[in-house]
Amino acid sequence: MFATIISKAVEQGIPLLFGSTGEILTEKSGNLNLGIPGIMYMGGSAGIIGAYLYERAVQVPHPALCILIPLFASLAGSALLALIYSFLTITLRANQNVTGLALTTFGVGFGDFFGGSLTKIFGDGGNLSVKTSSDYFKTPLPFADDLGALGKMLFSYGFLAYLAVIIALAAAFFLKRTRAGLHLRAVGENPATADAAGINVTKYKYLATCIGGAIAGLGGLYFIMDYTGGSWTNGGFGDRGWLAIALVIFALWKPNVGILGSFIFGGLYIAYSYISGLSRSSIAIFNMLPYLVTILVLVLTSVRRKKETQPPESLGLAYFREER
Amino acid sequence: MAKQNNSHTVHEPLMQVSKRKSMEWYKSWLVRIAAVVIALVICGFVINFLTGLDPISVYKEMFEGNFGTERRFWIMLKELAMLLCVSLAVTPAFKMRFWNIGAEGQSLAGALACAACMIYLGNKLPQGLLILVMVVSSVLVGLVWAVIPAFFKAKFNTNETLFTLMMNYIATQLVSFCIVFWENPKNSNTVGIINSDSMMGWLPSLGGQKYALCVLVVAVLTVAMYIYLRYSKQGYEISVVGESQNTARYVGINVKKVIIRTMAISGALCGIAGFLIVSGVDHTITTTTIGGLGFTAIMVSWLAKFNPVIMVLTSFIIVFLECGASQIATAFDFNHSVADILTGIILFFIIGSEFFVNYQIKIHKRHKEA
Repeated sequence: MFATIISKAVEQGIPLLFGSTGEILTEKSGNLNLGIPGIMYMGGSAGIIGAYLYERAVQVPHPALCILIPLFASLAGSALLALIYSFLTITLRANQNVTGLALTTFGVGFGDFFGGSLTKIFGDGGNLSVKTSSDYFKTPLPFADDLGALGKMLFSYGFLAYLAVIIALAAAFFLKRTRAGLHLRAVGENPATADAAGINVTKYKYLATCIGGAIAGLGGLYFIMDYTGGSWTNGGFGDRGWLAIALVIFALWKPNVGILGSFIFGGLYIAYSYISGLSRSSIAIFNMLPYLVTILVLVLTSVRRKKETQPPESLGLAYFREER
Repeated sequence: MAKQNNSHTVHEPLMQVSKRKSMEWYKSWLVRIAAVVIALVICGFVINFLTGLDPISVYKEMFEGNFGTERRFWIMLKELAMLLCVSLAVTPAFKMRFWNIGAEGQSLAGALACAACMIYLGNKLPQGLLILVMVVSSVLVGLVWAVIPAFFKAKFNTNETLFTLMMNYIATQLVSFCIVFWENPKNSNTVGIINSDSMMGWLPSLGGQKYALCVLVVAVLTVAMYIYLRYSKQGYEISVVGESQNTARYVGINVKKVIIRTMAISGALCGIAGFLIVSGVDHTITTTTIGGLGFTAIMVSWLAKFNPVIMVLTSFIIVFLECGASQIATAFDFNHSVADILTGIILFFIIGSEFFVNYQIKIHKRHKEA
């Protein structure tokens, strides 16, 4: 029972973890990318489209390609959207909020349109479903079954789940311990100063946003290929994209804290189904909890004004060297 | 280009971007119109690719979707009015550079209050009084929903973008909480049409058109907001705070007060939008009653440079696309998300075009000195 709850919470948490790690990298460069929900949607839909086209094209799908093609399609799709965002906000200095929201409109529209109509466009009919590829994504570690409850809690997930944790740890290490990470944080705090110190602000912003976008897109890929078993439902991804942005605040812009945070959020997401005697109305209250907790964190950190827990100083602002 | 500078090795960028002082209004509109036209051409090809229709007949079909019949025309007007109403609501806050992306939640909270009045007071109050109570409670609830983040912004400088964003989902969950108690029939998880027999709390039709009153209200609000922002003292204070909070403080404006007051107005208008949607259009409430208007409104307001009159035009562009695309979707049996793709493409182009209005690019021909 306990092991089941943990593993369900982790499964719910992984998409959020990908999303928040990506958004943390992005925000550390000073870009508040509200397009993350759209990017995650895109990551998922591009992945499933890739898998569908591949499964459709060959008689016997090759296991490695079943994983590599969706993975590559997902990374490319979400990085492309992040690139559009970067070009508009960094090079053309457009407003970040507006650009981000436009990106979310586009990404969700793209996902729902192609996810919902692709089979019709190809004349196959039925729902978009890629069971074969999905099974490869879902394959747990080989020794999961032998270890009982412990195996279920730790080893029962597809490879993307472990990748999420590894990427989050790597991002934490990168931000805290490397020179490039320091430069990135400098760009997010005060781009003018970073610029004066000889850091290429534009390059850091572009790279952080695009790589961050690609990572976030993997959250969509995990959701569609692993969690839902490779079948598309319009709007199925729900508000997870926004929840990922909430998680960024909850984790205080630290990817390693995000790992724990994502499991807590995931737990809150499914907690209602394990508490007996809950009415449907209290389920709604339960689903409110992640957002309430996030607001609480947001308010508390702003009241305490501790330097380490603040959002990046220049978050949401475009940088233009000649404007002082 | 760089032929003449062979005497020195100092690196100078090929292009230099600088801020324009100003651009003649007709030129800036030319840039924007050009952007929309390019975007429309691209959208035409996208639709052509998906449906096999040639772009011209695609736009004819879209035009049909908006103006084809009297009914479609009124639906288009209604959609326009609702989007415009929320856009008006977010505008004063944006002008103050307070990034209120919680219009969705503020409107939904207002809509919830409105629905609650219709359900609980529907057979207790006479029609006129009931509608008055509905308006007041929608406005109050929308206002409270907006003032909470504004208070923390003013007092502790809490990030308002993230705060208002979270408030959206709290409103959504609150609605699904209430639906459990209001559902009709039982276990349907929907509220159904409220007071469908008595039509209590429904906005009356005007001249035989059921949406006319909504459209009229929003038209009045548009003019009022234009005057408020342009000619009132409070409107001026909003612009000053938006330009620079330090300047505002220096000239003796109470910045905290302005922030809270402006957000109260913003939230109150969102409440009105919620009221209009429930009382005038839907006569029911769901978690998606606002349907993303709160987010679209941000783009509408920003594209219009926070000018309420131009907002009529920018919201028309969005609504035209949505109604048109849904016509195409119905005609070709596609799902309606095609509208979002088109809206996204057009927005990207308009957003990008602002750069060419605000900045000029100089291409360097020669060096002055090394």
